Amino acid sequence: MAVFEPEAELATLDTEEFGGEVVGRSPWALAGRRLVRNKLAIAAVIVFVLIVAVSFAAPLYASHIAHTNPFESNLSGTFQQNGKTVQVIQQGAGKLGLGETPVGPTWHAKYLLGADNQGRDVSARVLYGGRASLEIGIGSAVLASLLAVVFGLIAGFFGGWTDAFLSRLMDLIWAFPVYLLAISLATVLLTAPNGLRIGFVHLSASSLWVPLTIIGVIYVPYVFRPIRGQVLSLREREFVEAAIAQGASNARLIFSEILPNVASTVVVLLPLMIATTILTESALSYLSIGVQPPNASWGTVIQDGQGLLYTRPWVAIAPGIMIVLTVLALNVLGDGLRDALDPRSKLRMKG
Amino acid sequence: MRARSLFLLIAALGLTATLAACGGSSKSSKGTTSSTSGGAAGGTFIAVAQAAPSGSPDPQIDYTLQEWQLLIFTHDGLVAFKRVGGTEGTKIVPDLATSVPEPTDGGKTYTFTIRKGIKFSNGNELKPSDVKYTFLRLFKIGQSPNAGSWYNVIVGGDACVKTPKTCNLDQGVIANDAKSTVTFHLTRGDPEFLDKLGVPFAFILPTGTPNTELQIPPAGTGPYKWAQYNTNKQVKLVRNPFFKVWSKDAQPPGNPDVILEKFGLSGEAQVTQVENGQADWMFDTPPADRLNEMSTKYSSQVFVNSLTADYYFAFNVRIPPFNNLKARQGVNFATDRSALVKIYGGPKLAVPTCQVLPPGFPGYKAYCPYTKNPGSGKWTAPDMVKAKQLIAASGTKGAVVKVNTDTTDVNKAFGEYFVSLLNKLGYKAQLQALSADIQYPYCQNSKNKVQFCYSSWYQDYPAASDFLNVLLGCASFVPNSNASPNISEFCNKPIQAQMDAALKQGITDPTGANTKWAAIDKAVTDQAPWVAMINPKYLNFVSKRVKGFQFSPQWYFLIDQASVK
Repeated sequence: MAVFEPEAELATLDTEEFGGEVVGRSPWALAGRRLVRNKLAIAAVIVFVLIVAVSFAAPLYASHIAHTNPFESNLSGTFQQNGKTVQVIQQGAGKLGLGETPVGPTWHAKYLLGADNQGRDVSARVLYGGRASLEIGIGSAVLASLLAVVFGLIAGFFGGWTDAFLSRLMDLIWAFPVYLLAISLATVLLTAPNGLRIGFVHLSASSLWVPLTIIGVIYVPYVFRPIRGQVLSLREREFVEAAIAQGASNARLIFSEILPNVASTVVVLLPLMIATTILTESALSYLSIGVQPPNASWGTVIQDGQGLLYTRPWVAIAPGIMIVLTVLALNVLGDGLRDALDPRSKLRMKG
Repeated sequence: MRARSLFLLIAALGLTATLAACGGSSKSSKGTTSSTSGGAAGGTFIAVAQAAPSGSPDPQIDYTLQEWQLLIFTHDGLVAFKRVGGTEGTKIVPDLATSVPEPTDGGKTYTFTIRKGIKFSNGNELKPSDVKYTFLRLFKIGQSPNAGSWYNVIVGGDACVKTPKTCNLDQGVIANDAKSTVTFHLTRGDPEFLDKLGVPFAFILPTGTPNTELQIPPAGTGPYKWAQYNTNKQVKLVRNPFFKVWSKDAQPPGNPDVILEKFGLSGEAQVTQVENGQADWMFDTPPADRLNEMSTKYSSQVFVNSLTADYYFAFNVRIPPFNNLKARQGVNFATDRSALVKIYGGPKLAVPTCQVLPPGFPGYKAYCPYTKNPGSGKWTAPDMVKAKQLIAASGTKGAVVKVNTDTTDVNKAFGEYFVSLLNKLGYKAQLQALSADIQYPYCQNSKNKVQFCYSSWYQDYPAASDFLNVLLGCASFVPNSNASPNISEFCNKPIQAQMDAALKQGITDPTGANTKWAAIDKAVTDQAPWVAMINPKYLNFVSKRVKGFQFSPQWYFLIDQASVK
């Protein structure tokens, strides 16, 4: 007997009439309808989907539009602009001719946003960087959520020593400053001569799995806490006790009675977690301990642009804008999902 | 001397290995000129830097250009590098000694006569026994980076390195206060012994200076003395009231009354302060994106000088894939050195090179086999066809290569360039960018099995062995040590025999020895233990009020000779 509480109460409230018939809707359907009515949340979804789409189209952009390999240095390269041959890296002007400056934005297909200090197309790298940032951000948020749900269900349901052990383990991870922990782990991986080998799993320093795993692990406690709290509360609810009285196994109680009721919390937290993990990934890559060159992420492109802020600010600004838009969209979407899924919020809105 | 970043020369990280000091070039130029007209005495000279000199402030431990540039006008050695700009600055002149002695006993004995009437900044008079005390302290302190590699040639030196506490130099350094003489006895002839006496490790300290690490340099004999050493804030030098000029060549009087060096400013902030006249000179390299502005708006305040230094990537010749000569030569042929010059700041700030010895250095003869149309000795363009042929013949294609560098902008960009190049050549290259604090010792330690590592080297003193023997000699490879400057782990017995012969010949016939060093340079270059990339130039940026800029190839900007009045 699966009872989806407390949304079940709202399901009754939210029945609607269609063609004279009263149609009952599931809590998920109701949440979906409420989300669709939230214009801001839909705008956020559109922005996020667009960013994901253009980022994952990076190879097409690089090969068919910009005609460039964004992972290859092109310091001595040239290209055609308005019928003239232009150096990608240009010698400094002035009396002394000091310094070398990459070409600035051309606002054409080739070097749309200019070149970085390796002569690589910035626009192509921003798109590729988006792909890596999104992969790591989404991947690590999903990993953190999955681990948190598993640990949260076990800790909250079984309680006692199991709960104490898992909670203290999470406290231990939580107690570490996030960036310090990530920097320590990344430094170990980077300096290990042959990467890190745990059983049959082998991680090399340049693998995207390195930042993904590190970020995923350090954020587990952030999701674990609310999940565990909710499970502790649900375990005492009448519908769970009724299932126990009917002889339901622990597995059935966890998967059929409790998990569906914590799912909405995970769904609300997920976009917020993705926003956080994207920011963390960018910060780590900016510090040279996330995505490793020549791979790009928004953080590495910002780092490339840092040394060119005075002369070629677009190298740092472009990935910065992408991060801001993505995080903003995800936060708005997270708020929208919370409003749609959280019954108290719904009642509050109605009130 | 190894450089951590362009102008911040790091302390040697271990006891024995890192032979070296700071260096300069035999040519200098502003924008390419070396000096402006002199100025008046007085005022406060304000230098700015990102951080205090790394390592210990103790003059017998510190191994940074940043502190050495100040120590040269607070302390003196028995001899000195002539304190002038241009090639003259590499000449050894008498300082606390009355003359530069000719060695006797087959180059194993040097007798110096000490000048009379010179006082330390604490008021004590200099005596020959202070010289002996200084060398005893050099060993007893136990942390002087080159005690075991430069000064162990003094009789008793090796025993002092092994047991510093019981160090006894009674047979090696004989001081006679009555006759004002000091005699050094060496275990073997050392053609570079006088050079080694001219650097701060051997600057004379007063008897009684504690044999423990000091937090501020003690009294010296120069025109200034150390008044403050706060690593978080600034160092302050004021005039030494006991100083009187005894040799303008060795220790001229300084111009400013006070010299301050303030710490904690980023490169950007340093440029801005110098532009605004809030500071007189920036120690660190200016950020790349400010060069254009300096070049256009502040060109009269910019001085660019050649350096005798190498920037290079070292192959590890003992592990795959670069234990294969053809693979090493292939990468050398493929390297676009003009691209590397661009990364460094362009042709006004660096010149491409293929060999170990820098231009203008003793033993230098232009040689570059790794270029299109070789023969002129100069690098002109990469030869990708030949490179690909050699790498195909080496059978190393497809090998995984970690390209190790540090995280500073320029050096990381070098690393990224080589990752791209190696991937193009068929390797599977990955970048391993480590913090500048750990990258150099990490690369030196053979336990870490670094395949391809960025490094740089600045001269300690003008001698070919300071590059070839220190960086590629068999004795410079110390397995499993963080202080093993031969990062390539290169040890070629016939070439080493030639180096030993050249060192021996240098005692009596420096010119003939330099001919030998030229041949050694060529032989080493043919073995390709490195990709020699560029010889850098030094960019000094000074405020409008600074007059009398002089650039010494040994000590770089002679701060005390500038005027701010």
